Amino acid sequence: MAIEFMYPEYEVLRDPDRCIRCRVCERQCANEVHTYLPEKDRMISDDLKCVNCHRCATLCPTRAIKIVKSPHTFKENANWGQKEITEIYKQASSGGVLLSSMGNPEKYPVYFDKMLLNASQVTNPSIDPLREPMETRVFLGGKTHEIKRDENGRLIPIKRVKLELSMPVMFSAMSYGSISYNAHESLARAARELGIFYNTGEGGLHEDFYQYGSNTIVQVASGRFGVHKKYLDTAAAIEIKIGQGAKPGIGGHLPGEKIVGDVSRTRMVPEGADAISPAPHHDIYSIEDLRQLVYSLKEATNYTKPVFVKIAAVHNIAAIASGIARSGADVIAIDGFRGGTGAAPTRIRDNVGIPIELALASVDTRLREEGIRDRVSLVVAGSIRSSADVFKAVALGADACYIGTAALLALGCHLCRTCQTGRCNWGIATQRPDLVKRLNPDLGYQRLVNLLTAWNHEIKELMGGMGINSIESLKGNRLMLRGVGLTQKELDILGIKHAGE
Amino acid sequence: MKRVYVNEKWCLGCHLCEYNCAFSNSGGRDMATTLMGVNIRPNIRVEEGEGVCYAVSCRHCEDPLCVKGCIGGALSIEDGVIEIDKSKCIHCYTCIVMCPYGAVMPSEDGAVQKCELCVKTKKGTPACVAGCPNGAIVFEER
Repeated sequence: MAIEFMYPEYEVLRDPDRCIRCRVCERQCANEVHTYLPEKDRMISDDLKCVNCHRCATLCPTRAIKIVKSPHTFKENANWGQKEITEIYKQASSGGVLLSSMGNPEKYPVYFDKMLLNASQVTNPSIDPLREPMETRVFLGGKTHEIKRDENGRLIPIKRVKLELSMPVMFSAMSYGSISYNAHESLARAARELGIFYNTGEGGLHEDFYQYGSNTIVQVASGRFGVHKKYLDTAAAIEIKIGQGAKPGIGGHLPGEKIVGDVSRTRMVPEGADAISPAPHHDIYSIEDLRQLVYSLKEATNYTKPVFVKIAAVHNIAAIASGIARSGADVIAIDGFRGGTGAAPTRIRDNVGIPIELALASVDTRLREEGIRDRVSLVVAGSIRSSADVFKAVALGADACYIGTAALLALGCHLCRTCQTGRCNWGIATQRPDLVKRLNPDLGYQRLVNLLTAWNHEIKELMGGMGINSIESLKGNRLMLRGVGLTQKELDILGIKHAGE
Repeated sequence: MKRVYVNEKWCLGCHLCEYNCAFSNSGGRDMATTLMGVNIRPNIRVEEGEGVCYAVSCRHCEDPLCVKGCIGGALSIEDGVIEIDKSKCIHCYTCIVMCPYGAVMPSEDGAVQKCELCVKTKKGTPACVAGCPNGAIVFEER
């Protein structure tokens, strides 16, 4: 039916003076946008299939290709935008729930961009990080209440199990299945080289990656995919996944056609069967139930591993976090509404949850007010885009951050947000062997190491500028933050002053 | 000695190496204007079969059959690199028959052409290696 036609969102512009018909674009586009016409000696493109992932433009040796937003437009309307109209058309045609991937792209405020950092001038000296030792190492896990000394007055070492990170950043949970084998290998190797951790997500741990166990956080989610004794024993820490920032309150569904070969074996799901993660854990309906699972996992691993509980940032986050802190968990991971996903219903992704900055500030404040902040560490996720975001999160009270999207960008992701199709041209969000091989982990892991090495340098620069030589001195140090363009209510929740105050 | 090696596991069959090779050996300044409408004759070629692709170029053998077979003295070994002096090539193509890898081929003017690791066009990393998007082609000591 003609009414179903939708004009392409993007157009492929090919400069005829530069295109040498090498056909690299044609070979590299999994969406089959480009075709060579031998009889005309011309390349043509089907813009309708283009997802704007830039694979062709990046590999074109003569820079003949660029992707532009189509100027084709609906009659201007401040209420009914192009997005709203085309979504109605799509649903009128399909009758289905709209699906999206990666994080919420809508125009909500980014509080990180409305906070500014302090620096030393005259009355307090700044530190040159190139000359002075700077400490960005952090430990995750509860703190001990009392300091004990032996008969010689020496400190008795703290026994609680902790994770040691060389810097306050980790790779967040992305399952094998949602991302490729090579993406997982890149993350695992980078985590080991950097002295940090990566997270398996809920898809189990491929047997090839058990060797990176001491840098691995394994996830136990509502589907319990791939969870067995060795899986738990291999890991450095265990994370119970309650929620995800991109889709709070709902489960997941990996279609049967993606449950093949190693993915099936790793998830412990029969080939071709859908892997359905229920929305709730069917054995967790209260903090007491959560406590049971936390201690079941601790018991199963002989109390040698910290247990994380990951939740999405939602309205009553402070009260929920308080409950989790009392459940025996060692770390609370909070995922903000900008957090990414391999596939989520668009309406959920774009409308559910709250900003991570506000969630973090309110949780940290609440736990401190209740005198239980020392029981847990806070890890925040949901669009940490730069070292400045990490820095501001730590100043608001986070112990560390998880990065997902930023890590994938380092691996080549161009944020085209079509992971759900399984045709990732960059070899990341796909299981197609010909596409998976496009991500060479030898290059990928080095790019991740480069990214975080750069961030660590920047964090040290920022610390030095404000006269701090240890990241621990920045933690929860909200006096180092000032708001710009925020209302009094927002400032109160963030617990910071306005610039100029 | 550093040589060009290809790792089949990471070769995507994109054929970029062929164009980078052709451009490097053309002496041109801009790839678009240099290779426009040209039927390229690269020294590295991607061979493709069922689900397999692999770029093939000269191995720079330590005991090269092509040099042994050259009756005109056109092929010689300079610091380990097997080079071709086209002015001495008599178009007998013995080297093409002898090369077990199919890495020697006739050029447009009839004389033989082969990979010279870009030593005559530029110093440093050969163009096929520098332009490989997936690190499948490497230039290293083995």
